[in-house]
Amino acid sequence: MTRYARLLVVQLRASLLLATQYRADFLIDGAIEILWTATALAPLLVAFQGRATIAGWSFGEALVVLGFFTLLQAVLEGAINPSLVAVVQHIRKGTLDFVLLKPADAQFLVSTARFYPWRSVNVVTAIVLFVIAFRAIGRTPTLADCALAFAFFVCSVTVLYSLWLLVVCTAFFAVKIDNASDLFNAVFDAARWPSSVFRGFVRFVVTFVVPLALMTTVPARALLGVIDVASIVGAVGGTIVVAVIARLVWTRSLAGYTSASS
Amino acid sequence: MLRDDLTRFRALLRIGLLEALAYRAQMLVWVLTSTMPLIMLALFGAVASEAPLGRYGQPQLVAYFLATFIVRQLTSSWVAWDINMEVRDGTLATRLLRPVHPLVGYAADGVAAMPLRLAVSIPVAAILLFTVGARELSSDPAIWLLWCVSIVGAWLISLFVSCAIGALAFTMESSIKVMDVWLATFLVFSGYLVPIDLFPARLRAVLDFLPFRYQIGLSVELMTGAHSRGDALALVGRQWVFVVLAAIVMLATWRRGIARFSAYGG
Repeated sequence: MTRYARLLVVQLRASLLLATQYRADFLIDGAIEILWTATALAPLLVAFQGRATIAGWSFGEALVVLGFFTLLQAVLEGAINPSLVAVVQHIRKGTLDFVLLKPADAQFLVSTARFYPWRSVNVVTAIVLFVIAFRAIGRTPTLADCALAFAFFVCSVTVLYSLWLLVVCTAFFAVKIDNASDLFNAVFDAARWPSSVFRGFVRFVVTFVVPLALMTTVPARALLGVIDVASIVGAVGGTIVVAVIARLVWTRSLAGYTSASS
Repeated sequence: MLRDDLTRFRALLRIGLLEALAYRAQMLVWVLTSTMPLIMLALFGAVASEAPLGRYGQPQLVAYFLATFIVRQLTSSWVAWDINMEVRDGTLATRLLRPVHPLVGYAADGVAAMPLRLAVSIPVAAILLFTVGARELSSDPAIWLLWCVSIVGAWLISLFVSCAIGALAFTMESSIKVMDVWLATFLVFSGYLVPIDLFPARLRAVLDFLPFRYQIGLSVELMTGAHSRGDALALVGRQWVFVVLAAIVMLATWRRGIARFSAYGG
């Protein structure tokens, strides 16, 4: 365990060193990320013109969901996406062999290979959104709610990572999945609104098939202090199931991997 | 001379069409990534289920956002990414060797992708007709004629802007980031995410003088019968002013850029 912690530190340091070479990117990437957040905020501002709630959510509460969406996007762009996109490249070029030869868990190695710290500027944007949200609601969240929300956020990141890993595993079978990340982002975009705005079939999909509701609405409800026990059990159970499935599919895919040249 | 050009353009179209067919799965994935109108429909639909939003009830919103999907399919352009890649890896040189202007080549690529995009749009149009009926769409043939003109205009603005931003790659490391900024602004102010008439009046007045709404909003409004003939004509006229402006900007940036291009390693 401590060995993997040490490995993580090494990988992080390598990424950080690389990132400090491109310091100007910090400003540019940061500005662009903030602009993208604005594109999510604009429809919300228009929708709440002259009304207090939408699908049972007030403006402040919906903003908390958007905050978690932004936070999750920062993690996705800064920590999950860069590494896993590299895996697809490895599989296509056959360089995955070099990773497999190393004396550590391959999933761990490929998942921590690359971080883009500059793309995580949205963490700050998310915090700003939370502050504005709770000023609009007119109270501050309790410490217990914050802790619970954080725990759920860890679940969200796990689910997001696992889903991404599943997408990557398809690269073992269908080699050209260049725009899989775009497709994934397109689906993930639906997580920006509270899940209750979706109805019928789409609601079923965002709850059970691609658990977007779990990723942003559940942590938001926890931070707002309105979560029930059933949701807690569902969220934790769901996270474990998704993570285990992803691990199983990864090991099975790896077992069938025959390198690019053979 | 003109006949030669036409023959070349036809040849380029054929190549482009075959390429589009060869990579049809990739194209389908691209189409599937345009989920945004549906995500917006969910939000605004939830709003309208309680009380109408401006002139939009639920059926009007369904019509609006499905129309948005169709218009985006028919008018988007991804040339900026192509130019960036080709400038960086030097393959632009092969385009320069051909007996047609590279910009014409990029335009041909765009036109060639159209049949497949149309094939995707038609089912969506069918869903539109099936769910909300023809009531929410314009029934005036003159408006539909103007709609066709507006689609061409919207596509040309996208293409020209995309080329102009792509041509910035000659002078900067990667102009994709400029495209990102343009795209984010475009998404908010074009009517793609939010129907323009839901914006405050002051902002709307400003948007009349920016190119964005002529890229998506105008065509969608024509489809959904939001304008009278006279207004529609005036708006399409304004759109074509932007087409000309975009063309001028594109030619200027391209000329300045190409003078600096010296292939890869050359």
